[in-house]
Amino acid sequence: MKKRKFGLALASIFAAGSILAACGGGEETEKKESSEDTFSVAMITDTGGVDDKSFNQSTWEGIQEFGKENGLEKGDGGFDYLQSSAESEYVTNLNNLIRRDFDLIFAVGFALHNAVAEVADQQPEAQIAIIDEVVPDKENVASIMFRANEASYLAGVAAAQESKSGKIGFIGGMTGEIIGGFEAGYVAGAKAANPDIEIDIEYAESFTDAAKGQQIAKRMYDSGADIIFHAAGNAGNGLFTEAKERKQKDPDANVWVIGVDRDQYDEGKVDDSTNVVLTSVLKRVDVAAKEVANQAKEGNFPGGELITYGLADEGVGLADPRGAVSEETVAAVEDARQKIIDGEITVPEQPGE
Amino acid sequence: MSKRAVNILVPLISIILGLVIGAIVMAVSGFNPIDGYVALWNGIFMDSYTMGETIRQITPYIFSGLAVAFAFRTGLFNIGVEGQLIMGWLAAAWVGQAFELPKIIHLPLALLAAAAAGALWAFIPGFLKAKLQVHEVIVTIMLNYTAIHVANALIGVISGGGERTDKVHESASLRAHYLEAMTDYSRLHWGILVALLAVVFMWFLLERTTLGYELKAVGFNKNASEYAGMNVKKNIILAMVISGAFAGLGGAMEALGTFENISKLHAATGIGFDGIAVALLGANQPFGVLLGAILFGALKNGGLNMPSEAGIPTEIVSIVIALIIFFIASGYIIRVALERFGKKRKEEK
Repeated sequence: MKKRKFGLALASIFAAGSILAACGGGEETEKKESSEDTFSVAMITDTGGVDDKSFNQSTWEGIQEFGKENGLEKGDGGFDYLQSSAESEYVTNLNNLIRRDFDLIFAVGFALHNAVAEVADQQPEAQIAIIDEVVPDKENVASIMFRANEASYLAGVAAAQESKSGKIGFIGGMTGEIIGGFEAGYVAGAKAANPDIEIDIEYAESFTDAAKGQQIAKRMYDSGADIIFHAAGNAGNGLFTEAKERKQKDPDANVWVIGVDRDQYDEGKVDDSTNVVLTSVLKRVDVAAKEVANQAKEGNFPGGELITYGLADEGVGLADPRGAVSEETVAAVEDARQKIIDGEITVPEQPGE
Repeated sequence: MSKRAVNILVPLISIILGLVIGAIVMAVSGFNPIDGYVALWNGIFMDSYTMGETIRQITPYIFSGLAVAFAFRTGLFNIGVEGQLIMGWLAAAWVGQAFELPKIIHLPLALLAAAAAGALWAFIPGFLKAKLQVHEVIVTIMLNYTAIHVANALIGVISGGGERTDKVHESASLRAHYLEAMTDYSRLHWGILVALLAVVFMWFLLERTTLGYELKAVGFNKNASEYAGMNVKKNIILAMVISGAFAGLGGAMEALGTFENISKLHAATGIGFDGIAVALLGANQPFGVLLGAILFGALKNGGLNMPSEAGIPTEIVSIVIALIIFFIASGYIIRVALERFGKKRKEEK
């Protein structure tokens, strides 16, 4: 009985669908024609979603800005995004955008490596730019990387200078090369500013588990750390929660957070006059996305190349501390920045180097 | 109303209700429901590419559905399909990339490894249930988290600190150029045949063998089975192990077909949890599971096209698809309503 029921169920879905499909066939052909003269850009997110207050969001902002400057509209032939909610959707979404004839497609995050490599081989005409990951030896893929270790170095300098307890913390997302860059830079910067500084390092082993992030933050603050830098995506939101709770209970509590990827000042708001964010390590993904889109538009798509954004080209940096740090620290950070640009300081790329 | 009419009307009404309520949700949130459903339809059937992708999506659902259904039939609630699937995925990916063997040996070996890994992961709750009466729901839930972290650590070891393992060798892959060419580079792979074989296997095992009879008997009534001379403990463990093997094979579909490797997981894949719904939709019958998986996989893959073609946000898409599934699953309510309606009319006469 059950079997028959489902057979029927499916059959009727299909039937309903084909009726509907017949109704709406006409419009699509018109839409596609307009995409030929203008340059269109699209992106696919990783599982973080487009409003992740991080990479995906920054890329989307860059694309929106590019669209505005070029008079494009959201949708086919203009600019658009697709969200991925599972790993298996990366390839589907990439293909989807290629089939909709977007001229340039951004793939955000290292998780998309395999999807990009696979689709790039199958669709040699497509132009794909992958952010924060290197997909080598593909003529139609540009890899965009950020020297996050350089900006993290500056964060380390600032944290070590500002710490009153002599102990600072670092919360990482998942162990690996990407977060390793943050850790290495941060530790090197802190040690350079204050060789006696104590640095507490722990990984949440997740980019999504905010509860885990909060748990680690609680332990670090309890053990005397006063400034914690996180590179843990949404897991880092737990750090903000913990710091804000402490600040609410005791307005004099000496707890600070260093944000990551974009200026997380808004995340750290306790009330109108108090904020727990010291500064943020910025990866200017929006700048990079816009720049690559512009290059591609002019016919200079950097396919097969690895483009690295560092302090020198302002692809990474520190956010405006909005008066949260002393003049001295600002000067020390500026000094370190100049030295890194001039090559006097070499920032390690991985912990233990 | 005749029984036959009710049987035809129930699924029809549930589907229409699901579609109508889904349409209302879309309309209320300011999107055109017709565009939405056209996009859903196109996402499933538009061309050979989308159809290939749809079948690809269905394949692991068949396995996770079978795993849950098998455990249900034997009186066990296996919520650990997710974890068993991840272990199977890892095992198949490792065997696929670590050895170089002829295809005729390599591919079956990788599949076997996946089944064994899933079975091993399910053996733990089975053993604890049989020997110590620890409830399998608790153990299987917790082992899901354990599986994610164990897998992530092992991926790190296998890949020398990387984020993902190397691709499996051609000889272990379920993919074929022939299928890719036929479906315009979709990720369709031969796994669907393995899945169909598994459906037949489960039916045969449960309905045509002594072992299957014993497993079901233990599920119905432990004490009676023991009185009848069956080894209850052995059967509980065996039931979990077979369920886990199905789940592990589901992982192999991802390892040898869809992805051809395994990446560190940030969260559960969801395939195992959806398997519970697939099994219940299919009334825990192997062929019912197949239909449930087809429905789930098709909606899931078609739903992907809705943001792209009709501009409907992913969140609304999830609501609409959940509503359709909800109404199909709640056919019972409609059946009761129809019968009431029929009775009233009789009385009036």
